[in-house]
Amino acid sequence: MNNKVRDFLFENKVVLLFLSITLFAFWASGLSTVVFFSELFTRFGRNTFMVLALLIPVIAGLGLNFGIVVGAMAAQISMFLVILWGGDGVSGIFSVALLATPIAIVLGYLVGRLFNSMKGSEMIGGMVTSLFADGFYQFLFLFVFGGIIPIAYARLMTSTGVGVLNAIDLGDMRQALDNISMFHILNVSFFVMLAFVALLLIYRLVKKQPIKMFGPTGLIKPLVILGFLLIGYILTWTVTPFLLFTYENRLNGVYASRLVAIIISAVQIYHIIRDIRDEKRPGLPIKRFVILGLVAVGFLVTLLPEISNGLAHVRIPVFTYMIIGGLCLFIKWFINTRLGQNMRTIGQDRNVATAAGINVDRTRIIAMIMSTVLAAYGQIIIIQSFGVMTTYGAHMNVGLYAIAALLVGGATVTRASVKHAIIGVLLFHSLFILAPAASTNLMGAALFGEYFRVFAANAVIALALIMHAWKRVKKRKNEKAKATAA
Amino acid sequence: MHEKYVLQLEGIRKAYGENVVLDDVSLRVKPGEIHALLGENGAGKSTLMNILFGMRVIHDTGGYDGVVKISGEEVKFTAPTDALAAGIGMVHQEFMLIPGFTITENIKLGREDTAPTVASRIFGKSLERLDREKMDGDARRSLDSIGMGIEEHVRVAGLPVGYMQFVEIAREIDKLGIKLLVFDEPTAVLTEGEATQLLEVMNTITQKGIAIIFITHRLSEVMDAAHNMTVLRDGELVGTKPIAETNLAEIAEMMVGRSIENLGIAADGEESDAPIAISVRDLHVDMPGERVRGVSFDVREGEIFGIGGMAGQGKVGIANGISGLFSAEGSVTAFGQPLNLSRLGEALEHGIAFVSEDRRGVGLLLDESIAYNIMFRVMTTQREFLSRFGPIKLLNRRKMQQHADDMIKLLDIRCRSGRQKVGTLSGGNQQKVCLASALTAKPKLLIVSEPTRGIDIGAKELILNYLTKLREEEGLTVIMISSELGELRSLCDRIAIVADGKIVNILPPNATDAEYGLAMSAVSAEEAGKVVQS
Repeated sequence: MNNKVRDFLFENKVVLLFLSITLFAFWASGLSTVVFFSELFTRFGRNTFMVLALLIPVIAGLGLNFGIVVGAMAAQISMFLVILWGGDGVSGIFSVALLATPIAIVLGYLVGRLFNSMKGSEMIGGMVTSLFADGFYQFLFLFVFGGIIPIAYARLMTSTGVGVLNAIDLGDMRQALDNISMFHILNVSFFVMLAFVALLLIYRLVKKQPIKMFGPTGLIKPLVILGFLLIGYILTWTVTPFLLFTYENRLNGVYASRLVAIIISAVQIYHIIRDIRDEKRPGLPIKRFVILGLVAVGFLVTLLPEISNGLAHVRIPVFTYMIIGGLCLFIKWFINTRLGQNMRTIGQDRNVATAAGINVDRTRIIAMIMSTVLAAYGQIIIIQSFGVMTTYGAHMNVGLYAIAALLVGGATVTRASVKHAIIGVLLFHSLFILAPAASTNLMGAALFGEYFRVFAANAVIALALIMHAWKRVKKRKNEKAKATAA
Repeated sequence: MHEKYVLQLEGIRKAYGENVVLDDVSLRVKPGEIHALLGENGAGKSTLMNILFGMRVIHDTGGYDGVVKISGEEVKFTAPTDALAAGIGMVHQEFMLIPGFTITENIKLGREDTAPTVASRIFGKSLERLDREKMDGDARRSLDSIGMGIEEHVRVAGLPVGYMQFVEIAREIDKLGIKLLVFDEPTAVLTEGEATQLLEVMNTITQKGIAIIFITHRLSEVMDAAHNMTVLRDGELVGTKPIAETNLAEIAEMMVGRSIENLGIAADGEESDAPIAISVRDLHVDMPGERVRGVSFDVREGEIFGIGGMAGQGKVGIANGISGLFSAEGSVTAFGQPLNLSRLGEALEHGIAFVSEDRRGVGLLLDESIAYNIMFRVMTTQREFLSRFGPIKLLNRRKMQQHADDMIKLLDIRCRSGRQKVGTLSGGNQQKVCLASALTAKPKLLIVSEPTRGIDIGAKELILNYLTKLREEEGLTVIMISSELGELRSLCDRIAIVADGKIVNILPPNATDAEYGLAMSAVSAEEAGKVVQS
């Protein structure tokens, strides 16, 4: 038992360290939960997608993808072009995503090709690539736009007409994703789901496949989802308070926390019932009961006046959070596909993967393309959340902060999961919020806090890379020591 | 029409530049046959298999001449995946397993069973989801068919070596339409019991009509299991014969190309009165699978002292304890000075060099050159091959090169040059590098553990002869640990037999087979005396 505790502490040392720093900073900052919570949830919605974009390369053994900066550039180029061509609002954002996808695919392919010819040094390669790409990007925005391609659009260009402005206002695209109301989400997803079920039925009829309700290919799952959406859809049109509630574009933190508690409990209970029915494992699923207990405790905690007051002021951007949740589910699902399994294999041992007939180079390129495309989407979320695109700076820190956040969550160069990403974003950005206030209180200077958070971001990356290198050196040294004695 | 041969290799010729490594080699294998492929290290077995599997190294060096036919159809594989698709599988000598994956995942590696998903209908098969239930079921069936009771959802990391071999085999069997399996020295890492089980499994496999190419150095296994055998020597085909029409001596002769002389002359087993080189008292070694429980013996200078016994009884543990690789208790005095057993490298500083039985694991740095492998030990312990410029030490490349060339010549290490990476050498040549490395330290006492494991007769003879020569010319003391009693008896002055972690008896090499047999089964000297006399 003692060993287990020690192993747990050792395994989670980085997380625990940052947790204690955060708690200390919270105490020292004197910030109210109202300010802290609303800031944290905004930042979580803004940054998590980008951090999740890092996971697939880690799984495929490419390490921390410093090349996501390239994906961010793809997003910014698209954003510039869409504004230039008059895109605006929600449709504008989706146009940016649509335009960024092919650019990111091409760039991801190129970075993937590069990484394939420098296997084992992908991380340093990614760093240098991002610097090189930044030079190219500056050339494009400072000289080509306006200098070679004449652009007469005062909102975007400097007064000389050559070079793009340092900060571009997004206009109606500002927080367009964050502001999509629940009403619209519910309506659109109902019709999308309806169309999906209809197409599925038509597909089965055309292909003459049997139509079953149950089993792995059964229709029960999509139909249940459709049923829930239908209920929601009808409610919006019949019950006025519900309509008013859903017509808001943000969700109150209190409702959100309760919703999450209900969903987690429901999923756990569903699994418990299924386990018992299928008699899959002997004994009771203790882990699931523990989770239920934790949810109950968490719920009680939210009833504390401090916390509930803080949560009451939290305004969660529903659509952005749904995208993040969707990406988490996608990654979990993806790991369990043939391609995902191949990536895991390659991540563990490239030689074995080759011997098993997996096309290592191709799979690694796919991993890089996926990461770059996701990074582009992540950058779109970040920019629209700010409402302003800082043309020459927005992409540069993105890689640094996303990687630092992932590492703070307990990930390493070779191991990272959705869990690490979420914990990491929460801890890392808590520190970002708290550090300036804490240092003002302790040292009388907010600037020290600024320095501290930049220092923390770089330090945690440096530490992770040193640990990674150290492990490799230690392994080699160990081999050598043994060989010397032998 | 039913084809007579599952595999035909006709007139295969392969050259690396000027160097012809295979010349007009043919091999025919029938369905359900175990065909042994024999030859010394460097005879061309690996190259032949590389051609069969379409490995890239063959194409990068200009391809090959000759014809490969699978079930009568001519094929020309350009990638290992082609060979896999044609129903040819390989059980590798080094395990192609992923430790972090479960047995099921390893068996299904690269060929996972999947079920279609909505996404896979749009984006293609690679997005189908894994059908874990079917994978588990298939893995179970494959494991059962080779008599492995182990749970399929256990992780491979931490499994005993023997189990890993069987997981590899289960993987090959699980492949649909497999026609031919290549076993590359499958028993080299197995215990005797596991090896016997493996041969049985091979028999079971062939009953399903799958043919096996069996590459091994253990000739007795060939006699037991194979139906036919083909011998290569220096890239040329020496002959193909049914096992029933040949015998051990003939096979050995075909491989080496000369009859093997009896090694050395057996001594009479009397302890000489030379000073004691090493004195071991009540040695306990905590080595998993080779535990030593209190061993005491003296070895005199200039003696060759043998340690024999069955696998897993602790004979290997003795050497690993003295060299400090595994934690040990007890007292060891070497040339009059006590040894600190808890310090790695202590033994070497007292003039004791150790050639490990686990040469790939601890004996060698596989990614380094032959020259570096031969010399890094003395560089770190005796500061040789270094040029001093004040406080700065640099490698003396010229001296290193010279010494490496000497050793390569002396021990007949087959390689392109001293700069070649050790990992690319064959097993026997790696063993020679280990020996060269140990000898470079100019030890007064050499401990060699299983010096002939996994290597061919020619190399074995050379190594054993060289050990004898060193003893005679330089007065080197040798402790030789080996599972092969014949080897010990032809070479050693005295042989200690270890059973259950203790020395049961120290016998002269000319003791009777009965005495050795009894000692191996842990019947002590006095009891043995009674049994033999009665």
